Amino acid sequence: MRKKRLKGFAALAAVAALGLSACGGNGGGGSGGASGSEEFNSALGSVWQPSDKKGGILKLGQAGDWADSVDPGNTYYGYSWDFLRTYSRSLVMFRPAAGKASEELVPDLAEDLGKPSDDGKTWTYTIRKGVKFEDGKEVTSADVKYAVERSFDKSVLALGPAYFDAMLDWPAGYKGAYKSPDANTDSAIETPDKYTIVFHLKSPFAGFDYLAQLPQTAPVPKASDTGAKYKEHVVSTGPYKWKTYSPGKKYELERNPEWDQSTDPNRKALPDGYEITLNMNPDDVDNQVIAGDIDVDIQGTGVQPAALSRVLGDPNLKARADNPTTSRLWYTNMIPTVAPFDNIDCRKAVQFAMDKTSYQNAYGGPFAGGELATTLLPPVIPGYEKFDLYPAGSDNKGDLDAAKKSLSACGQPDGFSATIGYRAERPKEKATAEAFQQALTRVGIKLELKPLPEATYSSDTCGDPNYRTQRKVGMCVYGWGADWNDGFGFLSQIVDSRTMRPGAANMNVKLPEVDKMLDEAMSELDKAKREADWAAIDKKVMEEALIYPGVYAKSVLVRPKNATNVFVNEAFGYYDYLAMGVK
Amino acid sequence: MSTPLEVEPGAGGAPTEQELVGSGPVIEGRSLGQIAWRRLRRDKVALAGAAFLIFLVLVAIFAPLIVKLLGSPPNEFHQELIDTEGGTLLPLGNFGGMSWNHLMGIEPQNGRDIFSRVVYGARISLLIAILATVVSVVIGTTLGVVAGFLGGWVDAVISRLMDAFLAFPLLVFALALAGVFPDEAFGLSGNTLRISLLVFIIGFFNWPYIGRIIRGQALSLRQREFVDAARSLGARRPYILFTELLPNLIAPILVYATLLIPTNILFEAALSFLGVGIRPPTPSWGGMLSDAVVYYTVPHFMLWPGLAIFATVLAFNLFGDGLRDAFDPRSR
Repeated sequence: MRKKRLKGFAALAAVAALGLSACGGNGGGGSGGASGSEEFNSALGSVWQPSDKKGGILKLGQAGDWADSVDPGNTYYGYSWDFLRTYSRSLVMFRPAAGKASEELVPDLAEDLGKPSDDGKTWTYTIRKGVKFEDGKEVTSADVKYAVERSFDKSVLALGPAYFDAMLDWPAGYKGAYKSPDANTDSAIETPDKYTIVFHLKSPFAGFDYLAQLPQTAPVPKASDTGAKYKEHVVSTGPYKWKTYSPGKKYELERNPEWDQSTDPNRKALPDGYEITLNMNPDDVDNQVIAGDIDVDIQGTGVQPAALSRVLGDPNLKARADNPTTSRLWYTNMIPTVAPFDNIDCRKAVQFAMDKTSYQNAYGGPFAGGELATTLLPPVIPGYEKFDLYPAGSDNKGDLDAAKKSLSACGQPDGFSATIGYRAERPKEKATAEAFQQALTRVGIKLELKPLPEATYSSDTCGDPNYRTQRKVGMCVYGWGADWNDGFGFLSQIVDSRTMRPGAANMNVKLPEVDKMLDEAMSELDKAKREADWAAIDKKVMEEALIYPGVYAKSVLVRPKNATNVFVNEAFGYYDYLAMGVK
Repeated sequence: MSTPLEVEPGAGGAPTEQELVGSGPVIEGRSLGQIAWRRLRRDKVALAGAAFLIFLVLVAIFAPLIVKLLGSPPNEFHQELIDTEGGTLLPLGNFGGMSWNHLMGIEPQNGRDIFSRVVYGARISLLIAILATVVSVVIGTTLGVVAGFLGGWVDAVISRLMDAFLAFPLLVFALALAGVFPDEAFGLSGNTLRISLLVFIIGFFNWPYIGRIIRGQALSLRQREFVDAARSLGARRPYILFTELLPNLIAPILVYATLLIPTNILFEAALSFLGVGIRPPTPSWGGMLSDAVVYYTVPHFMLWPGLAIFATVLAFNLFGDGLRDAFDPRSR
């Protein structure tokens, strides 16, 4: 299931120009932004304040408690994946660089990217020699194999993704490292020698390197594994190790003397340590970042509305802001089993009639909300192709004539009545439903709003076919973010009909042709061809008008006052916590 | 033997009432209502409260007309009036976008007219509060009178019932019930069902407030002589209840009902604030406050619905206090 995983993208030249016009401090934006004057989006697409100076403690603040867990085998939140690279090394990682360079996967624990064989059913990695755990023992392939095996057991480590469980060729009846400790799992993962690890899949999967970057491949020494309690002291392979684990209060990390820079081309390890304060008040986090009392808001989803108006309204503060676009799409489903959404022309009428700018405002406007979307794939996903099947007029407020034509075609020339469901706890979804209501009423479509509890939204209400048919809920407000930035990571959970079940994200897309196209793309080893496949799938689903794409999510982040090497890692959509140093 | 003197009226005998007080108009005995009205008329503060309430009721009744003349439709977006370019989504212009078209400014993010939403919100608040009070009064009076008048085990049972209801965690229960109640039931749907549900919850659980007072009044009244007199004449209990007791209870019912309404207004606002009240986008004061909290740095959005709730509750309280003073023979 998708959680918060955002990815940034530098695409706002016009917007940047707006902000650049009111630069505080030393003027003149001549030099390439490196250590010149601070501007809006200085850390987006380039590194702000590059430095190699070591020392200092980087202070991070978190509103509320840590979202899931610091155990690399048991976490799904993007900011958690961003931060754990300070103490965990997975087989490969996204390049910690600014701009599009972070799209690339580079070897981390492994010496090189995976080598496919057997048409992509088998993947082989070689681990670097001399990488040590914090207790001095050398990391071997068996430690990586164990890490994946322990994450299999969802009854102990329930929070992480389930890709390895589903795709590797595990032996029948395997229940994971805790319940089947003596099972022979060589059919799934083989370790022919100390430094080689081989993965065997049930069916070919060309994007296996994306799975290899998952934190679940970070090695765990079997002798130190305490299951659900491992998070209390994760054994580090990275430049830092755990010093303090005070749940709900504070996390502290200090340097790991066993980490060897010569085995690690990706990390600079500048600060002497990290300090994360938990359970802060969200507005307080923003205020402290602005004042410089803490360096970063680790959650990285953007400032609260109260701070937003300050940041955007004050040119000095705006110069300290970055506005990444992420790999999340906010959209609304149309349910084809509820009349009149069973008729494609009625769905197209909604596509034409909606006011796109009001959808954008519902989520916070062009900065804090998102970019107007016309496709399923967000632009940061390689393979994104820009197309617009349902142009909403030159002002993006809807093409009412085209909508009315579609209504006549579907036999409802005067409009129709329907119900739109949304998650009651989310004010942005409420605002979206209200926006739909106001926009569609212009062509006679009368919507009734139905707030639904978030906890059971995808399992019992909007995600349950019976409920939807009974209560005639024809539209459901929703959103989705990629687990990682490629077509499979974004599309598979929302357009593959085989993932449909109560609780899943796919509520309405059941197109056998699309399933076939997904299977082909998954096994296509040629990267360029594969990316073209994703775009074709995107177009096919949009042709069916089943999903109304709202906005590609964006966030407004405030740059740290006292940090160096600040840049947005677009693989995550947050600042890169690994690369930052202290002034 | 002397015959009694024939006394002719006006013929040197005892002076008539008229002569005693001079040639003024005939003095009739005043009813409690008339006495109360005279006292109320002298209470300026209570009259001010009453005036505001009358104004509010008129606004609620004539909401569509008022909005047509002075504002925009309450759910209509005006996105051209908010700052989309700068990205803050706050109203352009001063004081939250106040202008002749939008007397109280506009909402951030969608630009809806706050004036018309406050006016329509008056309907919801008044409707629910008054209906809920009626429900409370009906239940409370019935049970209060029965308990006070009949006494004995009936009184004991009803009093314990009142204690139980008063101890009930009303807000929590209301939240839970309103949150899970389906959108169609008993042949009603949408906001009609919602309003009925809120009226039921608020009215049904607030009855002990009236009940206790009426029970106390009934207890004291039944000791009075006119009740004994009626009983000695052979009147049965129902007759006594309706003809002797009830008229004397009108005063406290009126007073405490008026004082109960503001509590109900606040309660409905709280439920709407927490998201389980009236369904959006129908405006309600509590719902507007809930939307406004996020924009607390720009206070105009919170100001108007907050002021509306404050003024309404204050007016009801002042008028209710004035009523109570007017009906109470012991106060000056």
